[in-house]
Amino acid sequence: MPERVKTVEVRCTVNGEERTLHAYPMARLLDVLREELRLTGTKEGCGEGECGACSVLVDGALVNSCLVPVLQVEGATIKTIEGVANAEQLHAVQEAFISCGGAQCGICTPGMVLAAVNLLERVPEPDAAAIRNGLAGNLCRCTGYMKIFEAVVRACQTNGEQA
Amino acid sequence: MTDSLVGRPVPRKEGRRKVTGQSRYIDDMSFPEMLYGVTVRSPAPRGRIKHIAFTDDTIPWDEFTIVTAKDVPGANYVALILNDQPYLADEFVNHMEEAVVLLAHADKHLVEKARRSVVIEIEPLPAVFSLDDSVNRKEIIWGEDNVFKSFHVEKGNVDEVWAKADSIVEGEYRTGAQEQLYIENNGVIAVANMDEGVTVWGSMQCPYYVHKALLKLFNLPDDKVRVIQMETGGGFGGKEEYPSMIAGHAALLAWKAGKPVKIIYDRAEDMAATTKRHPSWTKHRTAVTRDGKLLGMEIDFVVDGGAYATLSAVVLSRGTIHAAGPYNCPNVRIKSRAVATNAPPHGAFRGFGAPQSIFALERHLNKVARAVGLTPEEFRRRNFIHEGDRTATGQVIREKVELDKLLDRAFELTDYHAKLERFAAENAASQKKKGIGFATFMHGAGFTGSGEKFLESVVGLEATAEGRVRVLAASTEIGQGTNTIFSQIAAEALGIDYELVEVSQPDTANVPNSGPTVASRTCMIVGKLVESAALGLKQTLLGRGLLAEKYSTEDFKRACAHYIEEHGALKTFSQYKAPPGIEWDDEKYQGDAYGAFAWAVYVAEVTFDPVTYETRVDDFVAVQEVGRVIHPVLAAGQIEGGVAQGIGYALYEQVVWQDGRMINNQMTNYIMPTAADIPPIRVFFEEQPYLYGPAGAKGIGELPMDGPAPAILNAIENAIGLSINHIPLLPESMLEEMEAAHA
Repeated sequence: MPERVKTVEVRCTVNGEERTLHAYPMARLLDVLREELRLTGTKEGCGEGECGACSVLVDGALVNSCLVPVLQVEGATIKTIEGVANAEQLHAVQEAFISCGGAQCGICTPGMVLAAVNLLERVPEPDAAAIRNGLAGNLCRCTGYMKIFEAVVRACQTNGEQA
Repeated sequence: MTDSLVGRPVPRKEGRRKVTGQSRYIDDMSFPEMLYGVTVRSPAPRGRIKHIAFTDDTIPWDEFTIVTAKDVPGANYVALILNDQPYLADEFVNHMEEAVVLLAHADKHLVEKARRSVVIEIEPLPAVFSLDDSVNRKEIIWGEDNVFKSFHVEKGNVDEVWAKADSIVEGEYRTGAQEQLYIENNGVIAVANMDEGVTVWGSMQCPYYVHKALLKLFNLPDDKVRVIQMETGGGFGGKEEYPSMIAGHAALLAWKAGKPVKIIYDRAEDMAATTKRHPSWTKHRTAVTRDGKLLGMEIDFVVDGGAYATLSAVVLSRGTIHAAGPYNCPNVRIKSRAVATNAPPHGAFRGFGAPQSIFALERHLNKVARAVGLTPEEFRRRNFIHEGDRTATGQVIREKVELDKLLDRAFELTDYHAKLERFAAENAASQKKKGIGFATFMHGAGFTGSGEKFLESVVGLEATAEGRVRVLAASTEIGQGTNTIFSQIAAEALGIDYELVEVSQPDTANVPNSGPTVASRTCMIVGKLVESAALGLKQTLLGRGLLAEKYSTEDFKRACAHYIEEHGALKTFSQYKAPPGIEWDDEKYQGDAYGAFAWAVYVAEVTFDPVTYETRVDDFVAVQEVGRVIHPVLAAGQIEGGVAQGIGYALYEQVVWQDGRMINNQMTNYIMPTAADIPPIRVFFEEQPYLYGPAGAKGIGELPMDGPAPAILNAIENAIGLSINHIPLLPESMLEEMEAAHA
């Protein structure tokens, strides 16, 4: 029997807090977030990088956490859905998802919200095509996407008013 | 008193939890000492189980909880209608995903390795994999004739019309299976032991279905089984009957292990093993007069039910009743069958048989129109059903139905006539071909026939001394907005703030059985019970003199406090009673099939690319009459989501079968529409209050699944002049169709 792989320590910042994770090097970031840190807002939909339910931001980039070995986030800054709101103050994207009906069953919502937040960070005023492309890696079976597009537009307007 | 809450887009009750990741789905829950359960499935589509071997010496088999059919304490079937489906195959297997052995262990990686090390030896028996082979009885695999259920609907005298007809038009139409693809896979956690009985938490639509099934499986009394719905990440019908299976499996393991057991399917297992939309074929033979009036329709409708009966009889029923559509035809004969194949049972999926038969009809009527030299529009206008007319089951339409007006509005919104002309003029010279098409249809809300009478659904309402009101119902929030609309309906009836009402978590220990969350019944049927219970609660307070006719939310709070101080709990219940004049004959399949129908016209605009053979939907307009709209944002969300699923059904989603098993069971190779694929979906409601719905509402959830596929294929026909009568229509099958047409 081969010798068992040993767990490693991985240091990173998660939602603004410095954390030391203890996991097998090839453990999926998704599992470590959910199981070790109990950040269960990040969801598993397909386990193969197609649906985007497990989306998180790693150093500002939107990634599928089911495809990221935990060893790869050594020194990285990670944001999950739990870190999007500022204490009780929801992010403009979250507010817009509520008012526009962008969340139905809610299982794709954490990933979709992060994808929208990431899109608006990269492109503050996206046109319709940019919104579609920016969210095309996140699948939603409930909404038909229309209300999600509306939410992104409304979040831009809110950001504009606040600027 | 508040302004009307009905029709107002109040915030979704659980919206904040959902956008912050705080909602608790089943996989977010765990228990101390919890084990992980897995399912070992049949390696063959049909045969006799000869031997089960636990191989691989490196696996510590003695640490595992192992369950087979021999361990079932009660009845080894999933209680539903015919009770023919076992929880665990005992002697025979009938499809490749049939469960044979269950394993549980604390190490979820080890249990997966163990699953792959169980070898089930099968002595094969001949199997049937297609609807045609089943109908032709190539092999008898179920009962005496492979037929789970058949229906026969008869109106007028069809036999006499053929001689009188100016034209007789025949056609054959086929639809494929469709995967549910809710983004949260099926999952449950069970705690089960002799003392406490069985408790299951899970992702589900129908807690009382699971409850009923577990009672039989464990042979326990009512109060020893408890089922609790967790936040559910999409259902669409896929979590109607299947959760009874996975809940039973987890409970069997927990019962034997004496520890909590969690079973969460991964995507591949969920896609392969759980229920999909029934594949179908429909044959039409239609008699028409020279001036384009329907004389007679003969319809033969068949669905593939898979290996066990499960819900196929009811899916078939709805498909049968919708097969003749919203048209006034004096003579109709519909014969239908649900037949067996050696595939996992097909099941409930939004639309429930109607998308299949409506696809056939709305394609076929374009052919009939052409045969009598009319446009698809004009032919339908001459045959639309109106108030006072009778449907195929003899149901007299008692509401105002104005399909003409819906059609006018849909055509105006899409600029239909101008586009027809423009596309006809431009297509010849352009490489890409554009087309526009539509479908007109209806969808019945609530259980079919006497279903609602048998269900006898109950809803409760409970007020606290603080004047907070809780709705007690087993109807589940699965994304469609149950929590929000129930709160609106209750608050409106009570004349109090929306914020004061909440909906209890569906838990069979705490809520009455308001029936399953299916059949577009949650708003119209259960919502009406919420309204009645709320009016009852208000009447209780008025009757005791604790409230005056006019009161504020503060008065209401004080009245609740007084009542509870004097009389104890303040609770009211309401039970379903059929609206007057609803009659249904189950034997003859005649009468009022549904309390109400929603009516709709959907228009699709497409571009076909002859180089890539791809079809894109450029614009989609959905116009419908669904009674009063309770919540405009949620209602539009239902339509948009259903249309997107319908676009997938028509153009993207193809289940690839091999020996009765789905082999493209990954999101990588089973393609559902993404944000980049979906056209603008424009939704419009005509509101005509329905007398027996809450605040005038009818059902809405399933309707949008019915229209997109025929509208899109009608648009493709308009674009390239090719009549294609099967879905899904992927570029590969377009290539074949076009080569066949040019051969």
